[in-house]
Amino acid sequence: MPEVKEYEAATYDVVVVGAGHAGCEAALAAARMGQHTLLITISLEMLAFMPCNPSVGGPAKGIVVREIDALGGEMGRNIDKTYIQMRLLNTGKGPAVRALRAQADKAAYHRSMKATIEATPNLDLRQGLVERLLVEDDACVGVVAATGARYRAKSVVLTAGTSSRGKIIIGELMYSSGPNNSLPSIRLSEDLERQGFKLRRFKTGTPPRVLGRSIDFSQTEEQPGDTTPNHFSFTTPDSVYLKDQLSCWMTYTNDQTHAIIRENLDRAPMFSGVIKGVGPRYCPSIEDKVVRFADKPRHQLFLEPEGRDTDEYYVGDFSTSMPEEVQLKMLRSVAGLQNAELMRPGYAIEYDIIEPWQLTATLETKVVPNLFTAGQMNGTSGYEEAAGQGLIAGINAALRAQGKPGFTLQRSDAYIGVMIDDLVTKGTNEPYRLLTSRAEYRLILRHDNADLRLTDKGRALGLIDDARYAAFTAKRAAITAEIKRLQAVRLRPKDVNDWLAANGGAPLKDGVLASDFLKRPEVTYQALMAFAPAAAPVDRYVAEEATVQIKYAGYIDKEQQSIAKLHRLEAKKIPVNLDYAAINGLATEARQKLTKIQPETLAQASRISGVNPADVAILSVYIEQGRIAKVQA
Amino acid sequence: MAQTVTEYDTIAAISTPPGEGAISIVRLSGEGAVATAAAVFKGRDLTRVASHTINYGHILDPQSGETVDEVMVSVMRAPKTYTREDLVEINCHGGIVSTNRVLQLLVGAGARLAEPGEFTKRAFLNGRIDLTQAESVMDLIRAKTDRAMQVAVDQLDGNLNHLITALRQEILEVLAQVEVNIDYPEYDTDEMTTQLLQEKAQTVLARVDTLLQTASQGKVLRNGLATAIVGRPNVGKSSLLNHMLHEDKAIVTDVAGTTRDVLEEYVNVRGVPLKLVDTAGIRDTEDKVEKIGVERSRQAITKADLVLLVLDASQPLTAEDSALIDATAAKRRIVVLNKQDLPVQLQLPTSVPSNTVVRTSITTGAGVEALDTKIADIFNAGIENSQSTLMVTNARQIGLLRQAKVSLQAVLTGIEAGMPIDLVQIDMTAAWDKLGEITGDAAPDELITQLFSQFCLGK
Repeated sequence: MPEVKEYEAATYDVVVVGAGHAGCEAALAAARMGQHTLLITISLEMLAFMPCNPSVGGPAKGIVVREIDALGGEMGRNIDKTYIQMRLLNTGKGPAVRALRAQADKAAYHRSMKATIEATPNLDLRQGLVERLLVEDDACVGVVAATGARYRAKSVVLTAGTSSRGKIIIGELMYSSGPNNSLPSIRLSEDLERQGFKLRRFKTGTPPRVLGRSIDFSQTEEQPGDTTPNHFSFTTPDSVYLKDQLSCWMTYTNDQTHAIIRENLDRAPMFSGVIKGVGPRYCPSIEDKVVRFADKPRHQLFLEPEGRDTDEYYVGDFSTSMPEEVQLKMLRSVAGLQNAELMRPGYAIEYDIIEPWQLTATLETKVVPNLFTAGQMNGTSGYEEAAGQGLIAGINAALRAQGKPGFTLQRSDAYIGVMIDDLVTKGTNEPYRLLTSRAEYRLILRHDNADLRLTDKGRALGLIDDARYAAFTAKRAAITAEIKRLQAVRLRPKDVNDWLAANGGAPLKDGVLASDFLKRPEVTYQALMAFAPAAAPVDRYVAEEATVQIKYAGYIDKEQQSIAKLHRLEAKKIPVNLDYAAINGLATEARQKLTKIQPETLAQASRISGVNPADVAILSVYIEQGRIAKVQA
Repeated sequence: MAQTVTEYDTIAAISTPPGEGAISIVRLSGEGAVATAAAVFKGRDLTRVASHTINYGHILDPQSGETVDEVMVSVMRAPKTYTREDLVEINCHGGIVSTNRVLQLLVGAGARLAEPGEFTKRAFLNGRIDLTQAESVMDLIRAKTDRAMQVAVDQLDGNLNHLITALRQEILEVLAQVEVNIDYPEYDTDEMTTQLLQEKAQTVLARVDTLLQTASQGKVLRNGLATAIVGRPNVGKSSLLNHMLHEDKAIVTDVAGTTRDVLEEYVNVRGVPLKLVDTAGIRDTEDKVEKIGVERSRQAITKADLVLLVLDASQPLTAEDSALIDATAAKRRIVVLNKQDLPVQLQLPTSVPSNTVVRTSITTGAGVEALDTKIADIFNAGIENSQSTLMVTNARQIGLLRQAKVSLQAVLTGIEAGMPIDLVQIDMTAAWDKLGEITGDAAPDELITQLFSQFCLGK
């Protein structure tokens, strides 16, 4: 076969490889920051495609979408244009853990994102398979596509996702493939290994899809969307809230399903040893659940519409890589699915990831400078996790192209900061998913205050336009004003005691500030307005934010104190290129991990698993005594 | 590759208690330990002897060539030593004066005087022992009686560690349940009820409280139970004091840096260490037949955890006796009715509980056994579950336990105030963190691991 001739195709500031959820955010951010940007991807039909569940958001993830929005990213706006159902989760709990989840119209989501990208100045979109990096003087200077086209750039973002040496497994069937039977990316992985990257195999999976009109929904429970409006983007007005929403449906597996699974375990690649990659604990296949939690009589399933113009239904929580015929038997044992028509079988997919400890907090690789990586390629799972990283990688690729210092988020700034710190500090042994429990300061990292936390940062990066910033500052001022007003209004016992008696609250003996009254669990903002009305009614989101800040002030203060403590530890810098082998007393595991990760601060060191408090104490003693100050270059 | 230069200078100290003993040990640790010892040692070349050998020879003053002491020198090379550094122990036989000279010669040869606890600090820094173990070693060094020793040994074995780890595991299971309800709101797991969180907070709080109660006992074990012997002149205080101090009960007779005048004397009664308050006062008043003022007794009483009130049973109750009975009424007290060998004339007021009274004749030795038993009983009555020797004796650990207690109380207040579960959880996590600081455990991924081992999760 003749060899493909390489040619100089074009020169950009930033090249982004892969147009999944990470790549789209990266390319948009770089272009919006004024960088001449190329977004190149294997198939334009797969741009912003959702190869697994047709939904965006959920606990922690929904907050990430809001963070992306506050920083000027696209995911929030795009789902707000294309959702078919919206729900606010955890409404019965505190403000810290409320989160939005939307069911997406998959095709519309793809089309809408593609249109946005096509319309964005400075941004070229091209179909192409990138096969290797261009590396000169030990730094990345571009990429080479399979057609031989060389695209030169000041910085490069790789977001190859599950395409990287992807391999789909369905029972005994196994073939090389990217997600949803797309073209896999083989040679790029090989090139990365040549460059010195340490890769490993991960595994994930997706459930079967069934035909909607073959489902008997009467045997399932309906799960409708909310009637109260909510959107992901701070810019989407309540007035456009979708009235005509589609429902999801809930059903359960049963003894028969479990029996079928157990009878066929020898044909399950998860158990027959065919699958080598590490799968996620939080998103186990149904066969994994049945084996590991053998005492559970049933498992919950969700039937989710994949869009408005299709009758395909996603069978949520039924991820499987059983042979197709077994999948069908399993499905048809479930209430409502007795006559289900299988449209696409579920599959497992194995793929390469870059072990993420090879990255810095800007998502630049330590192995090849000017090369950034984001998304599933860094060992995460989930569209939102990918988009969050894509945004940060795109921002930093743009900053690098401009010769400016990098941009990072701390654990106390955003879930995105928590995720990236986890990845680069600890690495990950399984596909990483954000959970609210990964955040130490989740009361600070709320979904309602993502704009307050991050809009200024987005503005400074040039990702928030004037009109949006003006609206934001007005909202912020209104929140402050409303809190101040409530801290000045005094309520008398005779004003409120009747109401308290009627609502099961203890009566007041003395006057009380409206703000203190609001702290009572039985008092809502709306109830308070009867006694302390505002001159003009405040915006719903302003009232919500003021309420949260007043009601939970005690707990918020506690978290602020621990953040202050964290910042003191973050301030203790560890000299670069420290030879940990020369420090006596560190446990062997700690020494290895510290050498591998080279943490920048004592706080980061303390978060490395395998580095125990005793090791941190030793490091701290050395630093304080100036003993490691004697680092010779 | 950058290089780190670490500085481990050689430290030296006398490691046996100060005072006269048959043998005193001077210890050296650090990279130059062997060379430093060799510089003042005449015998085999210590720099060439095998590790973990003991070598006979003499310490010479290198300046004058004069022999200072006849010694046995143990050479132990890193890493299999207490500090994981080269370690040398010199057994000196010539008494405290020559031991001090040996130390001075070693300092002259390049060693530095060790700070208190520095050997243990090095053992910790070099990863030989963990934080709780390091603390236990410090307590072991300071332990005053066998019982205190047992507590320290138990901690060294990690008993406290096990208990705290068990408490943390209980909290962790509740936290995992809270988390699963937050991260998987639609999941069909059992809804974590606020009630369960409340119950768990109460259980753990009760156990932390029990541990904190042992803290005061533990302090007594380490520092001794401050004990005052009071009474009118000539009722037998001095005899009682002598009875306690002699009969081989005195375990510490001197404290470095103190003079005879402010001497604190320690006695060991049935494993209970007593620190005798104002023994000088007893001697002064009785020796010089000064008139004892109730005022002076009052001062001693104030300082004491336990009062031994001695009364002369052969005399009727005096006004002074009554004043002392009243002054000690609120204290832990044993009333010693002495001089039972003489006809008894004394009648105790009914306000004195009979179970706090012991009848003795210290001169004949009658009843002194009963007194010892009573002292031990009073002490042990304070320890619940006294079959367990596990106690918290360390100030850092006590501080952290108190902080954990505050957080657990905040959990309960939060629940009463109707706070949402994810906010209440902030205080529960804080309690978990504080307990983790005691054991030095902080595994950030523990919760996540727990989450996935405890629950079958999807979505």
